[in-house]
Amino acid sequence: MQNDDVWLVVPLYNEAAVIADVVHEARAVFPNIVCVDDGSTDASAKRAELAGAAVVRHPVNLGQGAALQTGFAYALGDPSMRYVVTYDADGQHQIQDVDAMVQRIRRGDVQVVFGSRFLDERNEASVPKRAVLRAAVAYTNVTTGTRLTDAHNGLRVLRRDVVEKLDITQNRMAHASEIVAQIGSMRLDGAKVAYAEEPVHILYTDYSRAKGQSLWNAVNILAELIWR
Amino acid sequence: MSRQSVIQILLIAAVLASAWRLLVGTGQRTQAVRRLGLLLLLGLVVYSIIDPSKTWTNLARALGVGRGADLILYGLAVAFFGFVVTTYKRFRAMETRYTRLARRIALDEARPATEHVRQTGTGETLSADVTPPPSVKAADAD
Repeated sequence: MQNDDVWLVVPLYNEAAVIADVVHEARAVFPNIVCVDDGSTDASAKRAELAGAAVVRHPVNLGQGAALQTGFAYALGDPSMRYVVTYDADGQHQIQDVDAMVQRIRRGDVQVVFGSRFLDERNEASVPKRAVLRAAVAYTNVTTGTRLTDAHNGLRVLRRDVVEKLDITQNRMAHASEIVAQIGSMRLDGAKVAYAEEPVHILYTDYSRAKGQSLWNAVNILAELIWR
Repeated sequence: MSRQSVIQILLIAAVLASAWRLLVGTGQRTQAVRRLGLLLLLGLVVYSIIDPSKTWTNLARALGVGRGADLILYGLAVAFFGFVVTTYKRFRAMETRYTRLARRIALDEARPATEHVRQTGTGETLSADVTPPPSVKAADAD
């Protein structure tokens, strides 16, 4: 199959209502999906498994960053894996966007493709949310020496050699900036990692809005980043 | 006055820098110095119990602080700050170790990726041995 060298890594925490549909939809294009169940208290893990995903279960809740790192370690266990996609479990990402990003990385000139909400006008994020996200991007760009338009997007495609070198230690929310920082300072055979951005459409449904982070969390993320 | 405040600023910076090293350092020497300091403080406390009249006030005067009580308060503030930072660091280190442990357990208990690919490699949903998802929703709805 066309995309069997791709693994989707999906951190999963209490998404029983949507995870089966998310996995089904994604598996139509990407057969390999690992859901890292981060100590869910509902039926998330079971539903993901029945929908055809591989499931790795954290014995206790560790946080989304830790779940991503576990997913990376799992995907690296497949020697035919060439690319890892980080994908959210709540259904706000579009599988067509992932497809475009994977096609982008297959061209071979970059090792990482980041999804960005701000490359086109498809998104419906509220004005304060946009402001906070842009401030976060500005901060990340300054501190990591990268130039991105959206650093806190859950959609990324990473080539195997990049995944091998990533080591996320920020268990909670600051992991997005940590990934960018590590990629920014990473050297592959002495060269900087090349990356590109692709526009993605985030579907802010009532469900994802209800589960989404409040803007107050930006303060917590900042504190976590400073007090590494 | 300005000349004096410059030297004050420099002194304060030097004291804070050494206090920082002493309080949050993890090396053997800083730890030893920290413990000796604690011993010294305990000795001083015992002495001030024996002779409560002027011990702290004299020490405070010698350091340019008004009263003994003020000196103790300042010392406490600095010590508390050091405690917060060392505790935070220790906590982070512990969290990292415990995450690695939990991850190891999670990966050991999961079916390996290669095996998963072999079993579901056709891109089809697990079928024969499992109930299809729609009825599953009903089955485990609790």
